[in-house]
Amino acid sequence: MKGIGASPGIAIGKAVVVEKKRPRLTGVTLQSEAEVKREVLRFEQAVTSAVAEVEAVMDTLVAHDGPTEVLEIQIELLQDEQIITDVVEKITSEHVTATDAVMEVIAAAVTTLHNLDDAYLRERAADVEEAGNRILMELDPTLKPSELIVSENTILIGEDITPMDILSVDIAKVIGLVTRTGGKTSHAAIVAKARGIPAVVGCGDALASVRGGDVVIVDGSEGMLVVNPTTEILNEYTAKKKAFTTQASALNALKDIVAVTTDGVRVKLMANISNAADLEASFAFGAEGSGLLRTELLFMGRNTLPTEEEQFEFYKNVALQAGGKPVVVRTLDIGGDKPLPYLHLPAEQNPFLGYRAIRICLDRKDIFITQLRAILRASVFGDLKIMFPMISNVSEIEQAKAILEDVKTALRSASTPYNAAIEVGIMIEIPSAAVMADLLAREVDFFSIGTNDLCQYTLAVDRMNEQVKHLYDPFNPGVLRLIQNVIEQGNKFHHHTGMCGEMAGDVTATLLLLGMGLREFSMSAASIPYVKDLILNTSITAAQEICRTVMAMRSTPEIIQYLQAVTKR
Amino acid sequence: MITHDYLITAAEGLHARPATNLIRLAKKYKSATSLKKGEKTVKLNSMLNILSLALKGGDTVTLIVEGEDETEAAAAIETFFKEELKNL
Repeated sequence: MKGIGASPGIAIGKAVVVEKKRPRLTGVTLQSEAEVKREVLRFEQAVTSAVAEVEAVMDTLVAHDGPTEVLEIQIELLQDEQIITDVVEKITSEHVTATDAVMEVIAAAVTTLHNLDDAYLRERAADVEEAGNRILMELDPTLKPSELIVSENTILIGEDITPMDILSVDIAKVIGLVTRTGGKTSHAAIVAKARGIPAVVGCGDALASVRGGDVVIVDGSEGMLVVNPTTEILNEYTAKKKAFTTQASALNALKDIVAVTTDGVRVKLMANISNAADLEASFAFGAEGSGLLRTELLFMGRNTLPTEEEQFEFYKNVALQAGGKPVVVRTLDIGGDKPLPYLHLPAEQNPFLGYRAIRICLDRKDIFITQLRAILRASVFGDLKIMFPMISNVSEIEQAKAILEDVKTALRSASTPYNAAIEVGIMIEIPSAAVMADLLAREVDFFSIGTNDLCQYTLAVDRMNEQVKHLYDPFNPGVLRLIQNVIEQGNKFHHHTGMCGEMAGDVTATLLLLGMGLREFSMSAASIPYVKDLILNTSITAAQEICRTVMAMRSTPEIIQYLQAVTKR
Repeated sequence: MITHDYLITAAEGLHARPATNLIRLAKKYKSATSLKKGEKTVKLNSMLNILSLALKGGDTVTLIVEGEDETEAAAAIETFFKEELKNL
């Protein structure tokens, strides 16, 4: 069976089929104006939640530097004024439920597009359908996929594998993904790449013949799928798999080697993660812990805030999985562009400059305290560190630390154990913080440079905006000067200064950052071997020379060209 | 009211991505904007509407703008059709 190879490699395992529940018409007639109003409101809320969920996915995509176009189209369709007007009109004039109205309007739209004599537009019908399904799932949460039982060596097979599906399975046991629909930028493809497992997408209707329990070979490099193979074919692919693994392991051979420069300077390479399973995968790439644990996933895909116990279990699992290696836990970084529907945050003109991250936490202390309590309680199970995002001044650090102290006091008086010496750090992602790194360094134990936001704020560029995103440029000499200042000030105060933005995993930047004095890099796990390879083959003296040369350069193209040349050497 | 005909020069027509940009552009103005191809007229506020016109390279489409800032809106959309659509 042929599909599109979305993530390379070969996996041989047992099929588990993800069943999608089909929405059904309710057939209910609304009896009063009040009911009509309620249904319209429910519909509007469903649209908002659906948009928020897509934006959340988009956010992880941006973090992995993936293309966001498909998801932007989803957002546009979810907010499509014609669809919204038609649905509201149907509810009010025909007195049908929101579910029925959405189903009918989407079905009509899909039919219209299907009937057009244009392959491209027929594909877009699938986009419209997906947007409709997202809204329907928000209206009726029972349509959301139920929990799947997976055993070792599972190949997940489905219509599409959505973020919701991933949240509901033990992803560590999944060794391959196959979908009927979707392309290289579908959710399944993104997830597979992030986890380094093979995936084949867009297999079409032929996939319906695969049954749960079938033996399946996924060849993500060639975009091939073989179901219940003969012994001969099985042997052939086992050999292919071995060859692929050998090739991949040339870099993996570096896994257990520590990153030390030729003149003996030790560098720490860590992984950015979202949960305990990611941590396990990152160790396979040689991560020495995590420089960034995002905690947003805990808060997403649900209707209420997670309780202290739920959060405690989550952090505890991460701490235990880390086996004594450090994990930097970033407190809730949400709001503005990535809202939580149940927090009812107002829409904003400038979400990136708005009510988000630490600003919400210092305001909604209940949320903040619950999270800090859970992290502190889990801190006895490993080396957890706490990091506050979006710090713009000293006062925010003081307030956050004061709350942390209160939480510690409360835990002490209840005789609840926690790590009293837990390190506290901040993200440096706002230009003011980067400029006054010398002042902030006195307040905390460590810095972590978030290059994505730092770059965006420094250059005044929204990189989701097509018209200006070409200006987004981490190698802009202004941005580089800010980064250099943070590293220098951090080192002056004997901090460990890390970097957890995309730049940390960009091999073009490695030697430069090393020369600036950076000794902790946190990145997507798959980049670690490449960065390590560079570090093992350079000296600090050479890196410092490279840094001096770059800092004297005036333009990005010049800098990048030079860095690429020295990196190759 | 301002109306203007445009010849779609991008070979693949008006795809979802440029359509997204066009809708966002049109939404910036107070004027009501629509597109007309043959007998069919749609409001320029919906991706679905634009897609359903099935505009292909070589098609001619009429832009209709009406409202207090119609001059500015028409000028901005003109730039979109004449310059940006080619670069998207």
